[in-house]
Amino acid sequence: MATKSMVDIEKTKKKINVLIVDDDPLNLQIHEKIIKAIGGTSQTANNGEEAVIIHRDGGSSFDLILMDKEMPERDGVSTTKKLREMEVKSMIVGVTSLADNEEERRAFMEAGLNHCLAKPLTKAKILPLINQLMDA
Amino acid sequence: MLGLGVDRLQADINRLLTSLFHQGVLDEQFLQLQQLQDDTSPTFVYDVINIYFDESEKLLRSLRLLLMDREFSDYKKIGLHLNQLVGSSSSIGARRVRNVCVAFRSASELNNRPGCLRGLEVVEHEYHYLKNMMHELFQLEQQRLLAAGVRYPM
Repeated sequence: MATKSMVDIEKTKKKINVLIVDDDPLNLQIHEKIIKAIGGTSQTANNGEEAVIIHRDGGSSFDLILMDKEMPERDGVSTTKKLREMEVKSMIVGVTSLADNEEERRAFMEAGLNHCLAKPLTKAKILPLINQLMDA
Repeated sequence: MLGLGVDRLQADINRLLTSLFHQGVLDEQFLQLQQLQDDTSPTFVYDVINIYFDESEKLLRSLRLLLMDREFSDYKKIGLHLNQLVGSSSSIGARRVRNVCVAFRSASELNNRPGCLRGLEVVEHEYHYLKNMMHELFQLEQQRLLAAGVRYPM
């Protein structure tokens, strides 16, 4: 399967808008940089509850939501379920760690994810999903 | 003369990085971070590594406090801290730190306090080695930038 390069994404002039939901400041920094490197823009939420509030306020819509699984206040599974109940149509990609077993990953997917990726995230892991969004 | 200084320093940086990869201290994820650094964020790697150090030291302090408590029994909390350390170490390419955290986590899953204490010592040792190596790397980078006539606030 051919994948678009950064150049191709720039040529289409469509900026992907991403919400990054993660309580880890290290991951937020890295994931923001990856999205910027791919040519997108991003907003961050430090936990699931913040992500729900952002959507409840109705100010922003996102092409993609990167959802960490383990977070205080409201975790990734609960947040994904809530966002789908709120009829959020964005592509939601779960971000799991090596500590998560198969059952936990399945439960996360069943909460309403479109895809699941394992940390650490890289440009190579995210680009195919961005391509999907661009082609949609 | 300026060029020779820059070249020598770059060679030192390359030698240090090669050694760290060869020892398994760093892995491919560190290269991913370097590739994300650009003119718009020239200190990206430095900034990210410093966040890692800050967060890791909080976790290591917490782990030591938990295990030093004679009444300690909260292995679940140890596990949670270690999951964070494993995750963050993976994110920056700190392979050896990550691996010893995984071993430590196995001891905590068995509620093995002596094993946990040994695990903590090993993690602390690997973490401090990584930190010293990163400081050496950043010093060389700073010297190289100075030699090349470039100055970034660090």
